[in-house]
Amino acid sequence: MRFMFIVTSSHQGGPSEALLTEMHKLADREIKAGRMLDNAGLMPLAAGARIRVAGGELSVVDGPFVETKEVIGGYAIFELPGRAEALASAKEFMQLHKDFMPEWEGVCEMRQVAAGMS
Amino acid sequence: MSTDEAHRAILAVWRIEQPRLITSLARMLRDVPLAEELTQEALLAALERWPGDGVPERPGAWLMATAKRRALDHLRRGAMLRRKHQAVARDLEAEQQIMPDFDAALDDDIGDEMLRLIFTACHPRLSREARAALALRMICGLTTDEIARAFLVPEATVAQRIVRAKRTLSDSGLTYETPRGEELSERLGTVLEVVYLIFNEGYTAAHGDDWLRPRLCGEALRLGRVLTAVAPHEPEVHGLVALMELNASRTAARTDAAGDPILLLDQNRALWDLLQIRRGLRALGRAAELGGARGFYALQAAIVACHARAATAAATDWEHIAALYADLAEVARSPIVELNRAIAVSMAQGPAAGLAIVDRLASEPALKNYHLLPSVRGDLLEKLGRREEARAAFEIAAALAGNRRERDLMQRRAEAAARA
Repeated sequence: MRFMFIVTSSHQGGPSEALLTEMHKLADREIKAGRMLDNAGLMPLAAGARIRVAGGELSVVDGPFVETKEVIGGYAIFELPGRAEALASAKEFMQLHKDFMPEWEGVCEMRQVAAGMS
Repeated sequence: MSTDEAHRAILAVWRIEQPRLITSLARMLRDVPLAEELTQEALLAALERWPGDGVPERPGAWLMATAKRRALDHLRRGAMLRRKHQAVARDLEAEQQIMPDFDAALDDDIGDEMLRLIFTACHPRLSREARAALALRMICGLTTDEIARAFLVPEATVAQRIVRAKRTLSDSGLTYETPRGEELSERLGTVLEVVYLIFNEGYTAAHGDDWLRPRLCGEALRLGRVLTAVAPHEPEVHGLVALMELNASRTAARTDAAGDPILLLDQNRALWDLLQIRRGLRALGRAAELGGARGFYALQAAIVACHARAATAAATDWEHIAALYADLAEVARSPIVELNRAIAVSMAQGPAAGLAIVDRLASEPALKNYHLLPSVRGDLLEKLGRREEARAAFEIAAALAGNRRERDLMQRRAEAAARA
């Protein structure tokens, strides 16, 4: 089953050096174990835009968005046997944040990908 | 959380950690099968403790500490506690006191240990079934029950296979060895064969089966990706991964709602998995860069890649596929490859050119009872308007077909050819 992890945080600025190092180690292990298929961090919201349809109108708003508190920082795609493995994997990833950047707060959303290999 | 759910969660954590546990222990004990047993003991300990105490914050470290303790106990009390082992045990104990959690140094050569693990599990001294079972158990962390269900055999059979395989390894002194250099390339063939066997076992089980059978595809892919990490310079490893990724990319499009197979050319290509196609093409490129474009697996992957690259069935580069089959026939020397080449040639140059190749295969003893030979022949004859001959060919195919679904299909085609 394929899963997508999406990390959201209100934390300003990027991860600490220590956390980055640990995340790279974990990503490297997961790639070598054949579980992680793809991952990336996202550029700051200021470089993005929102294209919205509401009330029959299409509008484009360039970033940054002053009202936005939570920002998606990155994603990863995993191929795992099941939900239990996905949960274990996401928890390990978030524990790294807790251990190596204690002031960081955020959410990792774990979602199963609908199509593709099951 | 129910007991079942709790167990599943623990097993999931253990699966993530198992390769690290088993490779670390193998290095301590110089014995892969023993290391595997002790990692199983760590799992049992977790199953005993965690439901009551809760899952620790760093479950990996807990499992590693537990597994290492078992290994140290074993080294201490074992009858084979020779001087060398005492020294090893002393070092390890000292090391553990400084660093109770993680053994960071292991990260550097986990690759070597992983390679050893894979080569031990897939040792040519073992039967193919035993190799597949050991690989799934020791590298993918599947339970005996899961392996049994995936291969549609009783659990006791798998358990026995594993016990016997481990005994064979122990009796032959093969519990801790890594082939190097030329031997590595030679033995690699056996390893790749096991991985591909596991993949096909899952791939051919397209529908109606236990969900564990299709899962074999995923496990084989994972094994293949692990191999690309630990043996990155072996082109055929990348070739096999490319072949598996590209074939697996069609999974969602291979069957209809009723579970009946849909032929490749009739599939909805929008359902093909682009991420997997991209990974497959990248692996194929890597195989070629390493000089392995003409490898057994790379050539098959290149053929599948021709389909993956075609936006529509009509856009398929059949000339290229026919040429790749000709290359593959030189490597594999299999009349079945030649039969596939005939199909590709017929698509590229017309049915008459394909039929000429098929007719040359008629005297091939290996294909005497192979129903696809008359089936392909019937198809080409029908396209050429030689309907009576086509009907006769389809009837031969029906008589040779292995299952009812295929027999019925051939019978229907025979009748259709006769009617026209």
